[in-house]
Amino acid sequence: MSILIDATTTFIVQGITGREAVNLTRECLDYGEGARVVAGVTPGRRGREVHGVPVFDTVAQAVEHHGGPIDGSVVTVPPAFTRDAVFEAIEAGIRLLVIVTERIPRRDVAQMVELARLRGARIIGPNCLGIIVPGVVKMGGIGGPARDAEKAYSPGPIGVISRSGGMTTEMSSTLTAAGLGQSTAVSIGGDPIIGTSYAELMPLFEADEQTQGIVIYTEPGGRMEAELARWVREHESRLPVVAFMAGRFMDEMPGMSFGHAGTIVEGEEDTATQKIARLGEAGIAVAEEISQIPALMRERLGAGVGA
Amino acid sequence: MRLFEYEAREVVRRGGIPVTDFGVANTPTEARAIAERIGGPVVIKSQVLTGGRMKAGGVRFPDDPEAAEREAAEVLALEINGHRPRGVLVDPRAEVAREFYAGVVWDGLRKQPVLLFSDMGGIDIEEVAAEHPDHVGRRHLSTLLPLSDFAARDVIAQVGITGPALGKLAPMLTRLAQVFLERDLLLAEINPLGQLADGSFVALDAHVAMEDEARPRHAALLRELGVGDEETREAREPTAFELAGEEVDSSDHRGVAGNVTEFDGDLGLVIGAGGGSLTLFDAVRNHGGRPANYCEIGGNPSVRKAAGLTKLVLQKPGVNKIAVMMSIVSNTRVDIVARGVIKGCLELGHDPAEKIAIFRIPGAWEEEGVKILEHYGVPYADRSVSMHEAARRAVEALQ
Repeated sequence: MSILIDATTTFIVQGITGREAVNLTRECLDYGEGARVVAGVTPGRRGREVHGVPVFDTVAQAVEHHGGPIDGSVVTVPPAFTRDAVFEAIEAGIRLLVIVTERIPRRDVAQMVELARLRGARIIGPNCLGIIVPGVVKMGGIGGPARDAEKAYSPGPIGVISRSGGMTTEMSSTLTAAGLGQSTAVSIGGDPIIGTSYAELMPLFEADEQTQGIVIYTEPGGRMEAELARWVREHESRLPVVAFMAGRFMDEMPGMSFGHAGTIVEGEEDTATQKIARLGEAGIAVAEEISQIPALMRERLGAGVGA
Repeated sequence: MRLFEYEAREVVRRGGIPVTDFGVANTPTEARAIAERIGGPVVIKSQVLTGGRMKAGGVRFPDDPEAAEREAAEVLALEINGHRPRGVLVDPRAEVAREFYAGVVWDGLRKQPVLLFSDMGGIDIEEVAAEHPDHVGRRHLSTLLPLSDFAARDVIAQVGITGPALGKLAPMLTRLAQVFLERDLLLAEINPLGQLADGSFVALDAHVAMEDEARPRHAALLRELGVGDEETREAREPTAFELAGEEVDSSDHRGVAGNVTEFDGDLGLVIGAGGGSLTLFDAVRNHGGRPANYCEIGGNPSVRKAAGLTKLVLQKPGVNKIAVMMSIVSNTRVDIVARGVIKGCLELGHDPAEKIAIFRIPGAWEEEGVKILEHYGVPYADRSVSMHEAARRAVEALQ
């Protein structure tokens, strides 16, 4: 199985007439069993078609055309308008938002996240490449055109979570080459505030029978790794986790601290070294290089899985 | 981006929080004039974007205008943590009955702002939180509900304040939270928030940082404050190399050649995407390589942009070769990057096969890219060669 999406997931593309959106729409339609992209929305462009997908002025029109609730939306609308588009989608009953757009001001992101929370919707991103269930479906530009995504991603037992879109594919490709396919790979986004963190995806992977292990990509900055370590310890997760951390050189760069309030809210910001220690304390293995990830994972998987 | 104290005070003042009758002086004579206007003892405060002003002697307490002029002259010439002041703030010396702390900052894990308050103002809030946790109140704020005084009363009451002060303080905090949200701030601190003998409140200091992404939304305010469009307010100003990098990026909207950062090694790096760049930079250093630069190429850069970046890096003094490496790309065309870096070499009169230590970009249009690389004899690696190994080969090629 998979988390978040599967072959039956219906979704729209908001901002569908933009260049990036036109490309990813084609890719999603082509990949796996073919995504159920039921409509696109770009205000003012009703009546057009993008690769056969009808375009509407509003999400409400798309829902009406579909004849029932639509599961998700891939949002590519420019940063000044993203919050408006996401609010519209959530209020029209959409419950999974994949926000590709980057450089959205933090306040807008917090508002989108809060509304989603209130309405029982989930946001992946922003500043992310989306979600892929290898061989089945993808939602977003992750993996690129179908023939490239097919090279990098294969079905299997590993859940992949990454703050970097490109590294989601790089790590998955390494796993694929080693015979360890992926159950679902999620590009969660690189912004300081994102809709769903590593720890918040863990319960979903935990409940997915196909997933036997987790691989994550992390960077300096933020406290999401500490949150994950805490979750893994507190929930005695059945899933072994292997992490790769990039940007270790930043420990040696002088940081700027201005104002002290941040540290008393989030605690001292971990250096890369401290983060790695924290992950280690929770039993999370940290790979020195990406090529080591498959071996580290195999050591931790149950016998007979992905052998 | 960070604001100077005098700018921060103006921002909170506009939000309805009373500030002192201060002035900003750029010369000792101006400082004297302001002190004369204020009449009475003043405080002279260096305006720098770094902490530790008091310890460094950047805060003075002259009793009269002549002393103010002398102290201002010294402070204006005083470098603090490598920063020269942009003027000095001349403050009336207030008769403060009590000092509080009020601040708003983002909590990335909870994905909401946090309102912070303490009745032990005038001290480093980190110290207070560590040693006197009962004296710090905190509460997460909704970004959807209109801000309302109850949240402020909650944090104030948490430290035990009751009586008339509770109702008088609350609007100050609500207004600070309002400013924080309306101005897309990352930090808004008033420490100390002073209570005067007559019971009124005044911000005696202010710290404000605004999110860079939101600058365009506040162009009018920034202009009125006198913040130049070109000012980055970074920890250090960009070098000529870095400015040239920004020029390459901004001169063409197709794709991204971002975060060009100068280092002093001999291996030029044309690397991406963001996470890939961090990984590759680490890998080069792990193998004993010395990067000449950092950068993040991404999106779908044009031939022109890739060539521009290549030439910039190759022309950096001390650079012998470049390594062109990325994590597997989805929407970057490998063939276009290949064309671009080769063109960059050729335009400088170099042989690409000699100047490019390795080309490792697997992904979209890789077959087409390989054809071009083979035509020019450029050493390349496919996805079966890890990023780490590609970096090792690049470092080896320089030895």
